[in-house]
Amino acid sequence: MTDWPLLTLTTFLPLLGALFILTIRGETEVVARNARNVALLTALATFVVSLFILGRFDAASPEFQLKETAAWFPGTTIAYSLGVDGVSLWFVLLSTFLTPLCILSTFNAVRERVKEYMVCFLVLETMMVGMFCALDLVLFYLFFEGVLIPMFIIIGVWGGQRRVYAAFKFFLYTLLGSVLMLVAMLAMYFEAQTTDIPSLMAHSFPLEMQKWLWMAFFASFAVKVPMWPVHTWLPDAHVEAPTAGSVILAGVLLKMGAYGFLRFSLPMLPDASVFFTPLIQVLSVVAVIYTSLVALVQDDIKKLIAYSSVAHMGYVTLGLFAMTPQGVEGALIQMLSHGIVAAALFLGVGVIYDRLHTREIARFGGLASRMPVYAALFMLFTLASIGLPGTSGFVGEFLVLIGVFQVDRLVATLASTGVILGAAYMLYLYRRVFFGRLVHEDLKMLPDLSAREILVFLPLAVLVVWMGVHPATFLDPMHASVAKLIDNFELAKAAQAGLAAATR
Amino acid sequence: MTVTLDLLPVLPELFVALCGLILVLVGVFRSGDATRPIATLCIMTMVTAMLLIWALGPDRQTGFGGLFVADRFAAFSKQLILIGSVLSIALAIPYLEREKTARFEYPVLVLFSTLGMMVMVSANDFMSLYMGLELSSLPLYVLAAYHRDNPRAAEAGVKYFVLGALASGLLLYGVSLLYGFSGTTSFLGLSRSFEDVSGPPAIGIVVGLVFVVAGLAFKVSAAPFHMWTPDVYEGAPTPVTAFFSVAPKIAALCLLTRVMVEPFAAMTDQWRQVVVALALISMLVGAFAALTQANIKRLMAYSSIGHAGYVLVGLAAGSVLGVQSVLIYMTIYLFMNIAVFAVILSMRRMGRHVEAIADLAGLSKTNPAMAFVMAVLMFSMAGIPPLAGFWGKFYVFMAAIEAGLYPLAVIGLITSVVAAYYYLRIVKLMYFDEPVESFDRPVGTAPVVAMSVGTLVVLGFTFLPAPLVTGAKAAAAALFPTG
Repeated sequence: MTDWPLLTLTTFLPLLGALFILTIRGETEVVARNARNVALLTALATFVVSLFILGRFDAASPEFQLKETAAWFPGTTIAYSLGVDGVSLWFVLLSTFLTPLCILSTFNAVRERVKEYMVCFLVLETMMVGMFCALDLVLFYLFFEGVLIPMFIIIGVWGGQRRVYAAFKFFLYTLLGSVLMLVAMLAMYFEAQTTDIPSLMAHSFPLEMQKWLWMAFFASFAVKVPMWPVHTWLPDAHVEAPTAGSVILAGVLLKMGAYGFLRFSLPMLPDASVFFTPLIQVLSVVAVIYTSLVALVQDDIKKLIAYSSVAHMGYVTLGLFAMTPQGVEGALIQMLSHGIVAAALFLGVGVIYDRLHTREIARFGGLASRMPVYAALFMLFTLASIGLPGTSGFVGEFLVLIGVFQVDRLVATLASTGVILGAAYMLYLYRRVFFGRLVHEDLKMLPDLSAREILVFLPLAVLVVWMGVHPATFLDPMHASVAKLIDNFELAKAAQAGLAAATR
Repeated sequence: MTVTLDLLPVLPELFVALCGLILVLVGVFRSGDATRPIATLCIMTMVTAMLLIWALGPDRQTGFGGLFVADRFAAFSKQLILIGSVLSIALAIPYLEREKTARFEYPVLVLFSTLGMMVMVSANDFMSLYMGLELSSLPLYVLAAYHRDNPRAAEAGVKYFVLGALASGLLLYGVSLLYGFSGTTSFLGLSRSFEDVSGPPAIGIVVGLVFVVAGLAFKVSAAPFHMWTPDVYEGAPTPVTAFFSVAPKIAALCLLTRVMVEPFAAMTDQWRQVVVALALISMLVGAFAALTQANIKRLMAYSSIGHAGYVLVGLAAGSVLGVQSVLIYMTIYLFMNIAVFAVILSMRRMGRHVEAIADLAGLSKTNPAMAFVMAVLMFSMAGIPPLAGFWGKFYVFMAAIEAGLYPLAVIGLITSVVAAYYYLRIVKLMYFDEPVESFDRPVGTAPVVAMSVGTLVVLGFTFLPAPLVTGAKAAAAALFPTG
């Protein structure tokens, strides 16, 4: 199967599954069961296909690989063009890896409108994978924005009490950021006369224009990351979304913003990126410290994890804009690690939410004695979130801090306080939920994890440890791409410095 | 030049006119209710006209001594107008029969109005422009008041007539100024008259141009000349509103495009300011005024004002890409809007039509297929990719940015976020809220066809954009001198 269009297949297989589910007719129960099974099978098949991408990927080459191109909009350069490099490869895999787990986790949780739910998830997967594969500006935008539609429906239909508010806030917030990015993309098209991402990376834009473009991209990506102070949609969306929605939101959608910085802002607008690095550093450090403090005082488990996501993403943006190999690779590992750990934590919250229908921390306590397996797994993910050596979180945070330290010691010092705060709020959460005496009556009858639930957590646990013990598996394919990115960045910086010296 | 040659380009119009006259006579002399057969014949007439336009070929030909022009642009616009008219007649007949107001005049009036629009988009002179405009408008005034026993419909008709007459007056005044200062009413003559002049054009020409734009802006319901739109859309019978929202609007926008780009090509800098202002105000009014509406027809009125604003953004660019974007936007708008009105026409409870937005609550449970169609259309109208509505917006803003109109593009896109709110509100009602009573079944063939066609276009355009994009480009290029 060497000539198969693997990326197209990975992207559109879920969509095919969704179309198939739409055709299922019959009694509600039968439809629900069939929809679940078809969705799970489709998602698993997609994951298997995406593994072939990994198999055919040449880690030594920094170029985009497995490229597929087809004419799309005549009269423009807009083309259907897909490809992966060492960066996007992992995010494609992250998306295809998390989706089947999400679908599996909702087998009991979602009982109403199962068919629609599964369709939404599969469409969402198509959008996510397509976005990470896209090598054309407009195609990227298409998938980037397209994510909003299924996510809006998922939050709004299957969400909690304030789901309508959360769904609208999520949708309009991100849309507002994105339309500014669209203007920037069109401006880039007319300046460079191409929408091909690799060609745009090679094009050098005038400095003044770069600054405007950078701000427009920032408007979109900062909301998506989310960076302080435009993160306020995230706690709402996370709290109200159904469990699997939160998992995808934290696991993949948050990565879209950081991926955007890495794909557009840094390589295409290097001079503006240098110019705005202090802004990013300040916002990131504030995010790390402030949202960690906010996380300490939350009463709702999901909200606490949502704030911790903002803090963790603060490390990612810090690492990216350090523009050192360790910084960027650390940021990437941090993104992958957070994708898995946050997903696992949200799934963990989902487990007790399914049983008790509450997420209030005060309603729990002493769970460790009733649910030992659950407590042990949750401990693993808590420690990974804190960044304990031997888990994936440590590799990411450590590399980021090394990378930032080389550039700016003060920023690195401030950011490292986040590690301590992170330990504080996560351990405090763990103590309140799992330790202490079992006082609440209804907790005394809770069953431990079922086999299906263990099946959901196991792959996540394995990955967390794998990434922590042997990160080279994940780092090696990145090296070439990251090195190329940084080389080009340095070249552009030097050219700009030379230009500045010449005009002086 | 022989007579036959001169009349050849007008063949589709002549055919429609002849058929219209015959159908009136048939309707008058037939005993009993002849609505359905006449409507069928009207649809067949228009389909034949589409084939005739196609058979005439794309080359530019003039008729009536240069008063009339048939080119790719006109052909493209006429196809859109005819599709809109055909679909709206098909949607109207079951409605009229249910409401017991079916008369054979209805399809014939639509046919004559369509004829007027075909003349409008082929006008090559202000004389034929005015004739086409009036021919298309007079049947519309009657149609707006078609439910003559209903005070709201009567009010809509009178309001539309009075304001329409005022707009025609403005237009005529502008034309007379143009004639006074340039000595011609022909588009070709006007564009030649600017060639000899160096320096700024005469003030009379500029004033005349502004009046002409204002008169036409009324027809496209661009703000601040939109005041009639919500009342007429709400008051007129729903199938009439469906017709109003597509065919006349598309015709007027095509006409406006031709007038701006052909005779006034040399004055782009002057008219661009006016068009930019119209576009900005329309987008803002369309976005903000719609937020608080409770009646779906009023909502669609404001939505159509907003859409007119986006089309004008494309026109403001004044380039081939701009005209191309106008055509792409209008094609997509046509299919979206007709499908939305097919949904609105299916909003019946106990045999009565309901029009409140709140009536859609919980539609996803009572009629999942219709809710899905409506949700797709709403996301498309909001301009969310990968649906077709996004590409319409994409093209107009691409044209605007190519022309360097950055502030217009930024403000326009921000208004589209505001507008997204009220489109999403409908999705929210249908999907997030609990159902009220369900709508009557069955929906009927015509609405189902209109909904399916609209949804297919909206969903499929992303996968197969090339035919529309290239067609629109060729049509747009016809307005610009080669080179």
